[in-house]
Amino acid sequence: MFGYAGKILEVNLSTGKISVLKFEDEILKNYIGGRGLAVKILWDRLGKHWEKINPLGSENILLFLTGPLTGFFPGARTCVSGKSPQSNGVVGSTIAGEFGVELKCAGYDGIIVTGEAEKPVYLFIKDEDVEIRDASHIWGKDAKQTVTLLTKECRELLEKRFPRYGTWKEPSILYIGPAGENKVRTAVVAAKWTHAAGYGGYGAVMGAKRLKAIAVKGTRALPEVADMEKVKQLTEVITKKIYKKELWRRWGTASSGYDVGAKTSSEPVRNWQDEWHNQKSYGVDKFENRFWVKHYWGDFGCPTTCMKIAVIKTGKFKGAITDNPDYELQAYLGTNLGIFTPEENVFLASLIDDLGLCGIQTGNVLGFAAELYQRKILKKEDLDGLELEWGNAEAFAALTKKIAYREGIGKIFAEGTYRAALKIEKWKKTNVLKYAIQCKGIGIGAHGIRSGEDYPINISYACSVQGGDHTSIACLPINDLRSELLMVFHDSAVYCYFNTFGIPRNIKFEFYKAVTGVELTENDWVNVKALRILQLQRAMLLLGGPDKKWKPKEHDDNPPRFYEPLPSGPYKGKTVNRENFEKDKKRYYEAVGWDENGVPKSETLKKLGLDDVDKVLEKIR
Amino acid sequence: MVSVEKRIWIARDYSKCSGCRRCEIACSLFHEGRIWPEASRIRVFMLIPGVEVPHLCVQCEDYPCVEACSVKALSVNQKTGAVIVDKEKCTGCGLCINACPGKIPHIHPTENYALICDLCGGNPQCVKVCQEGGWKALTIVEREEDYSYKVYARTVEEITKDLTVKLYGEKGEELI
Ligand code: SF4
Ligand code: SF4
Ligand code: SF4
Repeated sequence: MFGYAGKILEVNLSTGKISVLKFEDEILKNYIGGRGLAVKILWDRLGKHWEKINPLGSENILLFLTGPLTGFFPGARTCVSGKSPQSNGVVGSTIAGEFGVELKCAGYDGIIVTGEAEKPVYLFIKDEDVEIRDASHIWGKDAKQTVTLLTKECRELLEKRFPRYGTWKEPSILYIGPAGENKVRTAVVAAKWTHAAGYGGYGAVMGAKRLKAIAVKGTRALPEVADMEKVKQLTEVITKKIYKKELWRRWGTASSGYDVGAKTSSEPVRNWQDEWHNQKSYGVDKFENRFWVKHYWGDFGCPTTCMKIAVIKTGKFKGAITDNPDYELQAYLGTNLGIFTPEENVFLASLIDDLGLCGIQTGNVLGFAAELYQRKILKKEDLDGLELEWGNAEAFAALTKKIAYREGIGKIFAEGTYRAALKIEKWKKTNVLKYAIQCKGIGIGAHGIRSGEDYPINISYACSVQGGDHTSIACLPINDLRSELLMVFHDSAVYCYFNTFGIPRNIKFEFYKAVTGVELTENDWVNVKALRILQLQRAMLLLGGPDKKWKPKEHDDNPPRFYEPLPSGPYKGKTVNRENFEKDKKRYYEAVGWDENGVPKSETLKKLGLDDVDKVLEKIR
Repeated sequence: MVSVEKRIWIARDYSKCSGCRRCEIACSLFHEGRIWPEASRIRVFMLIPGVEVPHLCVQCEDYPCVEACSVKALSVNQKTGAVIVDKEKCTGCGLCINACPGKIPHIHPTENYALICDLCGGNPQCVKVCQEGGWKALTIVEREEDYSYKVYARTVEEITKDLTVKLYGEKGEELI
């Protein structure tokens, strides 16, 4: 099919076997690539005994998948997936950068990694040459060292092997930091020091497989497309529109650190005890004027370039380098910890990057820890002597390191908010789950629902197949642009959905047709193909295991805090109405074909041709 | 009336490069009809994240690459001043790469000839997209007769070193 390289690479790290496989057009038409194809592969290979699969065991499968639009639609990404050590379901976690483009140019639409290596290794791919190489010398290295060392090493290899080529451009690299190596559940798969596939915790899966990195150099052209003139024309339409959005381009999501608090009142403040703040010290101009050394930074083909590079050049945090921070990290490593100074925020974000942690999930667990300290459930002596006061950036930094290396109290928090809460309940014999701001093991993105002014709605996290993931939310009607049924398209065709903002909604399907030659209507996508992917994700989420299973009655819910009234700000007193929530949840279940217990109905599954899923779900009906 | 058309030059401000690589896309689409980063005459290097270097020919005033070619595959276009590669004659030997102070040319990834910026015949596609996007890492300026453009022909490593310090300060020194 047009737009695809036509092959998927499979690497078994236990045996060292490297092979290549192909998918039938029918499968590609239905599941596209990225998240959709990941869900299909995982179900076919692991579905029957899903609840027995340990996400951090050698039996888990780790996927790096592109989609047909990767490299063509402006803003390239790669989708990382597998059984998630956070939700025990499947998350399609995308990461920006050239990796997917290099991979397609090397001749592969994706990589399936199975088994686990005995010693640390990395994969080096140059077109058809695929090698599993020793990584002992980079194991333990932080993000900055890992990227620098691997870039050097791989370029030297290329120069030695292909001396006549001229100067070799660096391969694209995905890697893990120390946190992934230590199987921390909030670890990311990262790129370029600062980019991350965060949701899902796939850094821990990569670490469990002792796969430190994948470096890929593809020297061929991107695959042939059905209609290049149309691709060019649609690209023109998209870029022209994006170029007019100068505010968005110039400040990216970083402009929200102040606004989402002050205006929409939906930013986590002190572990969501509040969602409002009016700290002008946190205005984006403070970040820009003091720290940004590059104002437009982006990845392959991106017209938005919403990233910015922040550097601290003086003072006690000198040497910190990170991107932006973007809104999510401004919130989770700032306001959520009672930190309102850009300098400390940049410092923490840089540390998180270096250790290979997810800023959202780790910020969520840090906030949770600090609230337990505030409530004197955890005391200084429980925290290895740390005084986890709100705003104490250095104490938070110390705890972050303990988490990444699983040292002392870090061992507990390295399990992520939800699992840490369960452990602490046992230890302290008191209910702390009510302070865990998560859904199905995944910390909730920094967009609250209480004020009703931000984009997610009351059921967004509770009913999502990716839990707290703010980039994949449940919405009514299910064809709403925010709905995960549409987000699945971005994650499956694999490109950055920021480049769809303000663009007519059908352009992505036109683009898909121009690249693949295949017609796809929104109706067919939402009501058949995406719905099918959703059912598979829901099925695996509910099967869960081995350490935890979700019961929709109990777990298709918001964290208790979201039912408390907002304590201050313009929306003071507002909260989620329990009755409305239950009503909307019911409506949602009906809309996506789930029974009153939240399990996909037999008839829904059969209509979508998922009879085998229906059979497996018998055990939880 | 005879008007002397001034030649153009692509001025570069690496620190403004966003890394969008739209120039690679434009260049390869124009010359190859495909999106093909490795076959682009401009290549955006990123030896250090955030330190993107769009690397392309600077049209040295004495054209050492042209001089070095033993089969006379390289010539200078009199109108634009760009180096033109004769695909038929070029053997892909790499002598021009060695002669280039910036090691800028490279061999086509699937064919056996060198790739050097031809200024798109006077209408550089890379500059067009870079300007449209407002990054302005690449800008067209008039080429002066007696200016040492050759000093700009530097290796990616050299440019990266300087730029890393410019962007990251002391930490940059440490990283390289
Ligand atoms: S188009 Fe400009 S900003 Fe983008 S990569 Fe090329 S030189 Fe850099
Ligand atoms: S920069 Fe290199 S390729 Fe260009 S003219 Fe000079 S020597 Fe030749
Ligand atoms: S001027 Fe033309 S040939 Fe030269 S690098 Fe730019 S796009 Fe390529």
